[in-house]
Amino acid sequence: MSDQSSVEILTEWDIVAARQLGRNVAKELGFGTVDQARITTAISELARNIYLYAGQGRIEIQQLTENGMKGILIIAADSGPGIPDVRKVMEDGFTTSGGLGAGLPGVKRLMDDFRIETIQGEGTDIRATKWLR
Amino acid sequence: MNVRIPILKLKDTLIVSIQWELDDQTALQFQEDLLTKLHETSARGVVIDLTSIDFIDSFIAKVLGDVISMSSLMGARVVITGIQPAVAITLIELGIRLEDVMTALDLENGLEKLQLELEA
Repeated sequence: MSDQSSVEILTEWDIVAARQLGRNVAKELGFGTVDQARITTAISELARNIYLYAGQGRIEIQQLTENGMKGILIIAADSGPGIPDVRKVMEDGFTTSGGLGAGLPGVKRLMDDFRIETIQGEGTDIRATKWLR
Repeated sequence: MNVRIPILKLKDTLIVSIQWELDDQTALQFQEDLLTKLHETSARGVVIDLTSIDFIDSFIAKVLGDVISMSSLMGARVVITGIQPAVAITLIELGIRLEDVMTALDLENGLEKLQLELEA
């Protein structure tokens, strides 16, 4: 079962809108303040990546219910250039923006589950989940 | 839609309390405003209080880190105060180290720390 909502990322303001949406959903689901901060930060990083590297895309927030567990799923999808070397961007300290984003390893650490699919020239789809404990 | 963060002056110190979620433009405007105010007032210290901030992403962390380095170039010391537990946890997990940054638990401690530093 899932319940979803999304924000189109076109401008810097949409980054704010996306993280506010995520925080509200996280709060509603009953996540504590630390997890709310993790989720909000992860969304902010993913939305900024879309804004910086793909120009535009979408952040989707889904509420998950699986085996009696509740969670939140963040989907960051764009039709940008894709990531040429995924292994490299998943290395700590790798940056192409001069240190603007903390990068994907940081987002992975903030969340419980992290998946990335990217095709060069077609786009990137990142799914990150946090479960309510 | 551009809100500016108020910067107060108390003797030789500037005091800033960030009360709402920072968007990119507000953060960058703050950077400029703070440096201009430092220049105008010849303040030697700055306290930036983050008590009301419930998350900091890498962009805001970079703006904060930069403004501390920039203030230092202008001869002023900056203390960051009131970082919430959730903010401290997410910053470290995200992989952001605000190194060589003076911090204090709250505004009062921050002002004391700054005075000691400026007298030294």
